[in-house]
Amino acid sequence: MTAARLVTRRVVELLVVFVGVSFVIYAMVFALPGDPIAALGGDRPLPANVVAQLREQFHLDEPVWRQYLYWLSALLHGDLGTNFAGQSVADKLALRWPVTITLALTAWLIEVVVGVALGLWAGLRRGRAADKAVLAGTILASSIPVFVVAVSAQLLFGVRLGWFPVAGTAAGWPMSYLLPAACVALFGLASVARLMRGSVIDTLHSDFVRTLRAKGLPRKEIVGVHVMRNSAIPVLTFLAVDLGYLLGGTVVIEGVFNLPGVGNLLFQAIRAHEGPTVVGVSTALILVFLVTNALVDLLHAVLDPRIRHA
Amino acid sequence: MTDSTAPAAPVLTVRDLSVTFRVDGGRSPDVHAVRGLSYDLHRGEVLAIVGESGSGKSVSSMALMGLLPRTATIAGSARLGDIDLLDPHADLEPVRGARIAMIFQDPVGALDPVFTIGYQLDEMLRRHVPGMGRAARRARAVELLQMVELPDPEQRLRFYPHQLSGGQCQRVMIAMALACDPEVLVADEPTTALDVTVQQEVLDVLRRLRARTSAAIVLITHDMGVVADLADRVVVMRHGEAVEQAPVEDLFVRPTAAYTRQLLDAVPRIGTADRVSDADQRERPVLAVQDLVVEYRNQRGRHVRAIDGVTLHVQPGEMLALVGESGSGKSTLGRCALGLAPLTSGTVEVVGVRLGESSRAALRRARTSIGVVFQNPGGSMNPRYTIGQSVGEPLRVHAGLRGAALERRVGALLESVELPASWASRYPHELSGGQRQRVSIARAIALEPALLIADEPTSALDVSVQATVLELFREVQQRFRFACLFISHDLAVVDELADRVAVMHRGKVVEAGDRRSVLQAPEHEYTRRLLAAAPVPDPVEQSARRRRRLAGAA
Repeated sequence: MTAARLVTRRVVELLVVFVGVSFVIYAMVFALPGDPIAALGGDRPLPANVVAQLREQFHLDEPVWRQYLYWLSALLHGDLGTNFAGQSVADKLALRWPVTITLALTAWLIEVVVGVALGLWAGLRRGRAADKAVLAGTILASSIPVFVVAVSAQLLFGVRLGWFPVAGTAAGWPMSYLLPAACVALFGLASVARLMRGSVIDTLHSDFVRTLRAKGLPRKEIVGVHVMRNSAIPVLTFLAVDLGYLLGGTVVIEGVFNLPGVGNLLFQAIRAHEGPTVVGVSTALILVFLVTNALVDLLHAVLDPRIRHA
Repeated sequence: MTDSTAPAAPVLTVRDLSVTFRVDGGRSPDVHAVRGLSYDLHRGEVLAIVGESGSGKSVSSMALMGLLPRTATIAGSARLGDIDLLDPHADLEPVRGARIAMIFQDPVGALDPVFTIGYQLDEMLRRHVPGMGRAARRARAVELLQMVELPDPEQRLRFYPHQLSGGQCQRVMIAMALACDPEVLVADEPTTALDVTVQQEVLDVLRRLRARTSAAIVLITHDMGVVADLADRVVVMRHGEAVEQAPVEDLFVRPTAAYTRQLLDAVPRIGTADRVSDADQRERPVLAVQDLVVEYRNQRGRHVRAIDGVTLHVQPGEMLALVGESGSGKSTLGRCALGLAPLTSGTVEVVGVRLGESSRAALRRARTSIGVVFQNPGGSMNPRYTIGQSVGEPLRVHAGLRGAALERRVGALLESVELPASWASRYPHELSGGQRQRVSIARAIALEPALLIADEPTSALDVSVQATVLELFREVQQRFRFACLFISHDLAVVDELADRVAVMHRGKVVEAGDRRSVLQAPEHEYTRRLLAAAPVPDPVEQSARRRRRLAGAA
């Protein structure tokens, strides 16, 4: 298959998934119990005409699918909508996005570099002390809740040792982000390391590695060029899915380290029944997730010629 | 061809080579894979090392290449010019690939799937010829691919292994191995994974290369036909030891070791078996296939015809052999008869039940009268079942046998395949490949089927084992009088066993008829090609056939 066809197919798939998933989220948010308009007034009930006007403005009396279509057509015009308080969702997102993206990408980078390196190291020393240490470490890392890790790391490295800022984004990238990113990355990192280890062991046993040895290539080149590239292919799939998890899973960390990201925004919006914000934030998250997945699939095709020609 | 008598010093001198594997960290007894193997290899010579699985033939060559795992202890010496390949302190990395190169059995797996063949050729030259420039390396790569007769070498450099066929991949492997003009080329079962016509092409390439390079070849094979075709001298190995060493002409005519004779006798040959078929062609056929078409859709959505208008029938008590190369559709046809492949058009009637049109219950009944034996006896048996459970399973499910009655029947079945009834409590991993295939046969005949489908039942077995399993198969078939669809790529095996033969090529039956007429007076061009391609275990006959074939091509 040509590269152009592969790209076109991915884009079409992306659009279909986007419409489907955003509709589900839309329907779910509007099915939440409680009347968001009534909640707006707090203890004092809003005047009937104001309620009617808001209900009309947000199309609340129409069926869900019509509401969804209004929202979708607005989105096509670049409008993510406004929340019930009249603020533009896009503006709020623009303010928060950079923080979350920076956090997630930093965490992802840590997973890729440290996870792949540890996996390779352990895989090459299968059955020896280093391998066993890495395996034990990964089990430990994935069994401690993120919250516990975050709070302990904050206490140790932020408060006691003072190596990193305790909270906030005042110190900018990388100092403000490294510690929270490392905490989010820990779980995925353990999986990456284990996956990579298994993948390396499989590759080392394959016939072509025997051929490379018979060719007299130095071990460094066999491992660095051939084993690395072949082993990375299965790990890549996991990394793609995990970036989505990192983007959505930063709520806790943003809370602990007081980072003003979208995770924080999403949490507040759900509590306040701010439907448009929830849908807006989730949609943006889905979009980022889908786009990164599409990019990783293309990277997959670059790394593995069998996919390109399938 | 007979310069083995050349007085010059040998290229490679192997003395007292022994390989011992430590098993289970030393808790189990050591395995002596090779014991005191010695041979000389002369310039331009092809030395065949022949043996069955476990004879140590591959291990001895892996030892020369330094490819054995750490659990292996190697003793002895192997002098290649001024160096000892077995010296643990010598730096052998620069020698491997440059002075001694190797090609392997599975050529597709032996190439890295994610790099182009051009890259993999280039890598070899970059490693061993440091002064060579980029353009020079590329020119050399093209020249090498031309040498192994790969068409369009310039374009092929950009191909990935999966875009080439198995035979083409093996040519690339040969080109790569010869890139630095090695003194010794080790070829480990180089044609075993290939179809017979492709095998012939690759053997031709190797043969022509002998004239153009100075490399001496160590040819490791189990196939006496390949030995007869290519070798000058032969070492026969058994249980890690050389039982006989002789020039190829002597070995086939006057084998001195009893084992060599046994090995040669076990090789099936066309035209030796003399039997009469007693199947009645007027009876109602057990399996009747009419105008069968099976199409698959590939990933691009195109239709691929696996079977293209096949009509055939198998009479009661008759054995029909379905012969063809990989991709010919022979196995798909077998699966159709089992009702495991979707029919695009045409009909398949098994024991009077028409597949695809009958009720589920009728199909279920029909299945109980079909037995199957697959190629890989290990893979088709549940490893957690004892062989008694495996053999008894169809009896329990379909015949409702239980307890002592079941035990008696299982015991009788095992004895009918010449295994002791007491073995019922053993597990498949405790059995050898040949014994497992006997169990498969016992299971297949448990319900006394009207039709048995055997898909390459002996092609994973060693020749001597294959010979006994085939003999058993014939006996069992005559005793139980079932009809049999015997799928195979090996014409000699088919000749020993079948009553009628149908030759498949690209989804069509190109020729079908009585065993003798098809195999001894073939009418179709493809059948003739297949027959000519299979190397015969006789060096004189084989070289005569080669001359005829090459004269015909010119």
